[in-house]
Amino acid sequence: MVAHNFRHALFCAVITLIIAWPIMGLKLTAVGTNITVAGADSFTWIAVAVAAAIVFAFQLFRDHIMGNLSGVAALNPLANREPLPDEKRLRLENIGLVLLIAIALIWPFFVSRGAVDLATLVLIYIMLALGLNVVVGLAGLLDLGYVASYAVGAYTFALLSNYWGISFWMALPIGALLAALFGLVLGFPVLRLRGDYLAIVTLGFGEIIRILLNNWTSVTGGPNGIGGIPDPTLFGMEFGRRVKEEGNTSFHETFGIAYASEHKVIFLYLIALVLAVITAFVIRRLMRMPVGRSWEALREDEIAARSLGLSRTGVKLSAFTIGAFFAGFAGTVFASKQGFISPESFVFLESAIILAIVVLGGMGSQIGVILAAIAVTILPELAREFSEYRMLIFGAAMVLMMVWRPQGLMPMRRRHIKLKAGA
Amino acid sequence: MLEVQNLSMRFGGLLAVDQVSLDVREHEIVSIIGPNGAGKTTVFNCMSGFYRPTGGKILLNGKEIQGKPDYRISRLGLVRTFQHVRLFNRMTVVENLMVAQHRHLNTNLLSGLVATPNYRAREKKALDRAAYWLDRVGLLELANRDAGNLAYGQQRRLEIARCMVTEPRLLMLDEPAAGLNPAETRELNQLIISLKEDYNVSVVLIEHDMSLVMDISDRINVISQGRPLAAGTPDEVRNNDDVIKAYLGEA
Repeated sequence: MVAHNFRHALFCAVITLIIAWPIMGLKLTAVGTNITVAGADSFTWIAVAVAAAIVFAFQLFRDHIMGNLSGVAALNPLANREPLPDEKRLRLENIGLVLLIAIALIWPFFVSRGAVDLATLVLIYIMLALGLNVVVGLAGLLDLGYVASYAVGAYTFALLSNYWGISFWMALPIGALLAALFGLVLGFPVLRLRGDYLAIVTLGFGEIIRILLNNWTSVTGGPNGIGGIPDPTLFGMEFGRRVKEEGNTSFHETFGIAYASEHKVIFLYLIALVLAVITAFVIRRLMRMPVGRSWEALREDEIAARSLGLSRTGVKLSAFTIGAFFAGFAGTVFASKQGFISPESFVFLESAIILAIVVLGGMGSQIGVILAAIAVTILPELAREFSEYRMLIFGAAMVLMMVWRPQGLMPMRRRHIKLKAGA
Repeated sequence: MLEVQNLSMRFGGLLAVDQVSLDVREHEIVSIIGPNGAGKTTVFNCMSGFYRPTGGKILLNGKEIQGKPDYRISRLGLVRTFQHVRLFNRMTVVENLMVAQHRHLNTNLLSGLVATPNYRAREKKALDRAAYWLDRVGLLELANRDAGNLAYGQQRRLEIARCMVTEPRLLMLDEPAAGLNPAETRELNQLIISLKEDYNVSVVLIEHDMSLVMDISDRINVISQGRPLAAGTPDEVRNNDDVIKAYLGEA
């Protein structure tokens, strides 16, 4: 067995050397106006050699190591237990869910402002990922331009507030509906497309929107973006130190408490939390409704679905529209959180990250997608100490996930339905 | 109830179906047989709207339906199965049957989100109908399994059940016995006869298993190389010289 792996191991070690040598071994240094290439110190060279040796050894004894690793699962006492009965599991899940939401409600009052800010971002990604989960996970339509709907939501709010002074609460439904409309319009030309072709066309749509925002300088401000996007208000109470808009009161004066900048951050977090919970709840319902089942049927077998009377047009458009609707939600919250948006925030990488969240979480699985959204957003922040290596760690984590759990963190579990015979 | 007149289907230079006619009356099992590549499935695909026929007419209760999109034809009560089983593999058995009843359900998003009484009543009725048909084809125990994990014979039966919950008037079965063992074929035989007798469904059948075809068909159409060769009762077809030649070769 070892002999069989030898060539492969040697190959991997050489690849490691080829990749590591220029990246680690060559350093560019500026000398006056020139740049010169300098070799690295001997420590780096030894490190590269050791790395190659480790790769070689691992690949050589791979079967052995992986075989032992599978024994790790046996150490888990919960691995082979009987699955819980359906009703009991459902009750436990519900209790867990209520607890989780309760903790999420109280938690921001005890932590730092930065943590709450990050949590708001996590919630925005949860909304986005849940929306994309409808399109990719349930309907099986590979959408690489999802960020376009997000941009439509964000820019709708930014432009409306900039030109007509429309508030967050008015812009929220308008942004979501406009994004949904955009999803619908995008859906028409791609009705006949599937798989790779669909992916390329949606990728194009995403870029079109970004480039449009970038170049339509007279309206969108181009690359300079739009600033001064107002914060949400609570029944006409503003969270700033001074009231900006006529007729509004300020939050801290109304309640007679000292002004604190945290109030605004926490308020935004709570809005995002409520919207994320609404998103999760609505999509959960939709999944169990005829429309949700028809999405999945289309993903599984389009021809069979049509032969049973499902219209491809209706099913596909509803998936695109509903997915885009929640992206619009997220976009509006994002614009309000940042206070400033520019096309920079809506690049292709953003689409890719949201897609990665859906795939990592487990296509179609809501809990999985939520967990993945948390992990993918927080992991780069936690890895900040490793500064320049954090994206490397992030990438490695993704590769490992896909090797060990290709079906995602928590694969979708199908609901069981009790049936009575002889109806 | 269904009448196919001079149906032709041309793919570029290939005339796959040439002037085929057949008719199906209420309460009848009609078979289409013929050697491999004779164009049987192409006729099916034209009838179910997967292809737009290049010539001829298809009348359902006197109304022309040729060239209509497949999902509309299915909504008119003309439902088919496939030569290779096409189930929604990663959905459960009962979900497969719920998808099939899509147009019997309340698909309004708002009434679904707030679960209005109408929505719940229709959903329950669909579940009951699914349970009934699962019981009928012997799959009730497996209702919550993924359809893709069923044994082949069970998948075949599920596919028929999935057609039946749509309450069709005409069922088109494309080689339903392919890959079944003799015992399963006998069961299928019983099931198809019962569909006709107890549920008043007409059946159009493509099949290679001659014992099945001869046993249950009221009438048989023979197609060879895209052209109609013979038509009649099982006895007439069995004794037709042209049919014997086509199947056994020139003597």
